Amino acid sequence: MYSPDNIFTTTIDKAVRWSRTQSMWPVTFGLACCAIEMMAAGSAKYDLARYGMEVFRASPRQADLMIVAGRVSQKMAPVLRQVYDQMAEPKWVIAMGACSSTGGMFNNYALVQGVDHIVPVDVYVPGCPPGPQSLMHGILTLHDKIMAGEINR
Amino acid sequence: MVKNKENSEDLEFWATNSEEGGWKIDSTDEGSQKMSEEESEQQLKIQTGSDVVDDYFIDEETSEDERMIVNMGPQHPSTHGVLRLQVELEGEAVRRVKPIIGYLHTGMEKTGEELTYLQGPTNTTRMDYLSPFFNELVFSLTTEKLLDIEVPARAQTIRILMTELNRISSHLVALATGGMDIGALSMMIFGFRERELLLNFFEKTTGLRMNHNYIRPGGVAADLPDDWQKDIKEILKIIPEKLKDYDEMLLDNPIWKGRLQNVGILTTQECLAYGITGPSLRASGYGWDLRKMQPYSGIEKYDFEVPVLQESDVFARWRIKVLEILESLKIVEQAMNNMPKGPYKIQDKKVTPPPRKRLDESMEALIHHFKIYTEGFKVPEGEAYVAVESPRGELGCYIVSDGSSKPYRMHVRGPSFCNLQALPVVMADSPIADAVAAIASLDPVIGDVDR
Repeated sequence: MYSPDNIFTTTIDKAVRWSRTQSMWPVTFGLACCAIEMMAAGSAKYDLARYGMEVFRASPRQADLMIVAGRVSQKMAPVLRQVYDQMAEPKWVIAMGACSSTGGMFNNYALVQGVDHIVPVDVYVPGCPPGPQSLMHGILTLHDKIMAGEINR
Repeated sequence: MVKNKENSEDLEFWATNSEEGGWKIDSTDEGSQKMSEEESEQQLKIQTGSDVVDDYFIDEETSEDERMIVNMGPQHPSTHGVLRLQVELEGEAVRRVKPIIGYLHTGMEKTGEELTYLQGPTNTTRMDYLSPFFNELVFSLTTEKLLDIEVPARAQTIRILMTELNRISSHLVALATGGMDIGALSMMIFGFRERELLLNFFEKTTGLRMNHNYIRPGGVAADLPDDWQKDIKEILKIIPEKLKDYDEMLLDNPIWKGRLQNVGILTTQECLAYGITGPSLRASGYGWDLRKMQPYSGIEKYDFEVPVLQESDVFARWRIKVLEILESLKIVEQAMNNMPKGPYKIQDKKVTPPPRKRLDESMEALIHHFKIYTEGFKVPEGEAYVAVESPRGELGCYIVSDGSSKPYRMHVRGPSFCNLQALPVVMADSPIADAVAAIASLDPVIGDVDR
């Protein structure tokens, strides 16, 4: 039955952006220490399910967001890029922690000095490792970014 | 005549390669080490590690249609990090497994040579990120052995308290992720929930949830917080209750038992042959625990048992972690009740920086503080190896000192690295579905494997 109370108007732009933020599925890309904190963020106390993102997808094809959690070695870099390439558009990247943002304390032969050498990064989360709250702040920052940005990127 | 000629050629060789005769370049192969002018893309890829040369040996007897080689990882949800396995399958049976490591190689041992002894724990704590206190402890103990110093009693007891709490948190993660891999998803939620309790205490004491850099050569970085007994009492009360819940859920659970019992057998002989230590060894019926065999930090004074199980399967390796948590709780309780008073750092001006308050009063203290934090303290020449019982087995640190304030060489014997060798043995001739259970039971931390 038609009821005028059940209608609201919006722009398609806004609706698309809103729907993108509400269920952003991350791909499981745990590398090192940060991965444990990412798992902690996903489980009981911090509960990422509140943002509709508790389903960490094993397949990059089903994921929208890559949380690079940990240090990226030279050997891992091509794998990371491949996983990123396999993700369907639109996709976003969060560099979680000092190592994936800048190389962190390891300025040596083995590590990529920041994952932004390989993939475009949307949000950098500082910390070594960042606590679950920091990661959530990073995720909310990304939500703000999506809400403010264009729908076709 | 002929003999003489040979002799003269020999002499000529030595003459031309001596300092007097000058070096005859074309007689050596020294020049051949230059880089090739055209390095192919393939060769570069192999050097950087992005392309792994597949030297996997294939069994001739099995025909092609029955055999399949499957890559598992490096990006896989249940390999506990970035481990890559090449699995040779025959139908559903795993015939051979080849673990490929190095996807998390961080060059930490090299970085360790660039950091002073005081900065060293910052580096080592990030190796096995589930048991950071043990990494710090083993580095500090090795440095203290080289310095030939003894830390105060309070520092020792705090170290024991923190490491045993860390053993609990590490085992909880092992139980949680192990459960998740096999499909007991509630275990994942439970394990991480209880871990938060311990992590809150760590954060209160050290300022960080992980990678604490708390145990340092000469003692610990800070004293325990006010009212710390209250937090410990809460931990001692809640953890055993929750362990009972786990047992209720899993111990008599037919699915859990059917999935784990008689799976992934690893006998004592195999353990000893491969150098496997820790819970896997004790679950195979051999009660080797460095806390009893080579006590460190005064752990011989505590009253606790080393749980040993005989079954040597995945179920026993899961069970022994639960039992070890209970034993660690005993040690924690004793450490809480017998916490000595006094300094938590060694009162040696050469090793311990002066407290912040002294810097305003004394020029000497300021100079000392500056020297220790810029140059670091000098460690006598020599080498030392110390091992502790980390949640995954024997964690050892070997340091060679050349008398400067930085290690000449630092090597860490990671228990995960050695335990991972057992994977081909554990997984051989078992169904592919058990592979995940076998990996989870060995509990490798890839940060410790690759370093």
